[in-house]
Amino acid sequence: MSEKKGLSSSVSRGFTRFGRNLAEIGTTFKEGDWTAKLSFVIMGFGQLVHKQFLRGVLFLGLEILFIYYMATFGAAYLVKLPTLGTVETYVDKSGIVPITVYGDNSFLILLYGILTIFVIAAFIFMWRMNVGQQRQIQKLKEAGRPLPTSIQDLKSLLNEHFAATLLAIPNLGVFVFVILPIIFMICIAFTNYDANHQSPTNLFWWVGFENFKNLFSMGTSGYGSTFFTVLAWTLVWAFFATFLNFFLGLGVAIMINKKGIKFKKLWRTILVVTIAVPQFVSLLYMYKLFANDGLVNTWLLNLGIIKSYIPFWSNAMYARVLIILINVWIGIPYMMLMTTGILMNIPEDLYESARIDGANAWQMFRSITLPYMFFVLGPYLLTSFTGNLNNFNVIYLLTQGNPTSMSLSGGAGYTDLLITWLYKLTVNDTNYRMAAVIGIMVFAVTAIISLVVYRLLPSVRDEEGFQ
Amino acid sequence: MNEKKLRSKSKHDRMVNAVIYIVLILISIVWLFPFVGLVLQSFRSYATEYGGMVAYMVPKEFSLDNYMWLFGSESSFPRWYLNTLIIAIFVAILNTIMIVAVAYALSRSRFAGRTFMMQLWLILGMFPGFLTMICLYFLLKQFGLTQQGAIPGLILVTCASSGMGYYVCKGYFDTIPKALDEAARIDGASNARIMMTIIMPLTKPIIIYTALTAFMAPWCDYVFASYVAFGYSDSYNVAVALTRWVWTNDYQGYYTRFCAGGVLVAIPVTILFMCLQKYYVEGVTGGAVKG
Repeated sequence: MSEKKGLSSSVSRGFTRFGRNLAEIGTTFKEGDWTAKLSFVIMGFGQLVHKQFLRGVLFLGLEILFIYYMATFGAAYLVKLPTLGTVETYVDKSGIVPITVYGDNSFLILLYGILTIFVIAAFIFMWRMNVGQQRQIQKLKEAGRPLPTSIQDLKSLLNEHFAATLLAIPNLGVFVFVILPIIFMICIAFTNYDANHQSPTNLFWWVGFENFKNLFSMGTSGYGSTFFTVLAWTLVWAFFATFLNFFLGLGVAIMINKKGIKFKKLWRTILVVTIAVPQFVSLLYMYKLFANDGLVNTWLLNLGIIKSYIPFWSNAMYARVLIILINVWIGIPYMMLMTTGILMNIPEDLYESARIDGANAWQMFRSITLPYMFFVLGPYLLTSFTGNLNNFNVIYLLTQGNPTSMSLSGGAGYTDLLITWLYKLTVNDTNYRMAAVIGIMVFAVTAIISLVVYRLLPSVRDEEGFQ
Repeated sequence: MNEKKLRSKSKHDRMVNAVIYIVLILISIVWLFPFVGLVLQSFRSYATEYGGMVAYMVPKEFSLDNYMWLFGSESSFPRWYLNTLIIAIFVAILNTIMIVAVAYALSRSRFAGRTFMMQLWLILGMFPGFLTMICLYFLLKQFGLTQQGAIPGLILVTCASSGMGYYVCKGYFDTIPKALDEAARIDGASNARIMMTIIMPLTKPIIIYTALTAFMAPWCDYVFASYVAFGYSDSYNVAVALTRWVWTNDYQGYYTRFCAGGVLVAIPVTILFMCLQKYYVEGVTGGAVKG
């Protein structure tokens, strides 16, 4: 309800702002002198005339760059974006040596088409800024005040506009290496880019929601049953990986911090070694430890406890349980560190008054320690849950998603998370269309869980709870 | 009566403590066992004993064969090690600069589009990282930063989006009182000067935490590193190379070599971590509490 209201009000606010922008552009044009009017077409002209050389040169340069980009590069790709290319690659056999004549490259058309849309949006933004500066020049001149010089502009980058200076490169990096690729991959989910449609030798094209239909279709050719199997295991895994670790880590922390226990630092250090050793070393060692010919199996055989080796990694159930247990081994130290700090912060008088009321240790744990933990660690548990949904390393280095099965499609195995399945589809099958769809599903699951749980968190519902 | 109760209570307490000690000792054994095993098996010679999987943990004879092999002419281990070290150092420095810049700007300034940027980045963070792998690979390839150029390529990709991990750092900056900034501003200091001379000296713990976590991550980077270096073994990092060894099914003794390599990777990283442990704990707990 409140969200709807928020959305509609922000939409209407957007329209108002758009209208105000148009009005200001209009006034600038009407009231501006000829330099301002010319600046609407030749960006930076007004600034140059008024000796704001830095601004003028920058705007003019950007405009030239934009026109050059569009003319030589952008426009061609933008035009082909709706079809993703129509000219097929073929082999010309008319000569003595067959020559491959490359047609349109759908991959490049999609990528550069998206880029061009962003470039145009950026240009419009720059143009609006340019007009705004003409307005500023008018106003300052009417008031008889001096215009900011280039030196002042440069200095403002370290003072008034310091935040912009700091954020320029991080934002550029996020745009090129996160935003652009994500939009590209979202688009891929609506195309048929896969092993049979590999650019540059083959074209691929828009197919609408076909891939999504495929993901949810239950038949033998569809991915439906596999998707739900993998999704269910992903959720079960994330649940155990978060809460089992939390409770056991809390237990260990309570034991170490109990009054009268000595060598507190030693116990803590032993556990922390797990964090320090690079995970791939310990995980691969664990993988070998429980292999069919690994130490655990051979010892159990030699002791006569088992008759034949236990297939830890090739039995789906064993593999799943073992992964969760090994993850406990990895996760407890983090949780121990985290909860230790919080345990020390719980006001001692809470326990004192409970003791006077005759509460025993378990009651105190349930009604003081645990609620306090959840209150403080709520947001952390949420992020660690969503992080575990995407916990690639633990799964992939231990089982690579195996054991696989004929009843699962897309090369998925019984310990595959959505994220490892996505990886396999990308690397082994080059089935990019389905990989992109699964990526979007991972996003949807993460976003839904985050939104729903975030509202239920005690620290969000009641900020003053423990203060 | 009362005294008796007290005595029984202290007896009960001692019992509980004894149980706790037993549990803690068991935990210590379970937690240290893999590392002890790793070190012991790294000393098993592939020449006199067997280099694959065997039924015992302590080698019959301690030898340095595996370590000598790693540094011999047959293996590129030093190269891989150097690759990883270079990546880790660059990533530690550049990531820290990026994260501090973003966290400082978001903590100290209120500008148009600030909430939009924070919300956008939060949403972007919900997309799985490997989703964009092929696109990133292509982008890097355009700059010639795959295969032979995989090392700078990996550094570039890791650092470019590292600003998105600003949360813990910003939480720390938020706790530094704004009154400090205002006092300096009254004295005529610019924003850049305030950051460099007033705020940064106060943030040493969080900077060490940021650099430490950034330094440790590349040692475990398997996925993207193997994808970018695709088939060009000189560009592997230790994680990719050693993982391949383990997955070859160790008939040529690659298992004990993996153990030796793993020890060589783990020792310096572990020592560094242990030295800076204090800052790590501070960062982890602080980050969780402030959200």
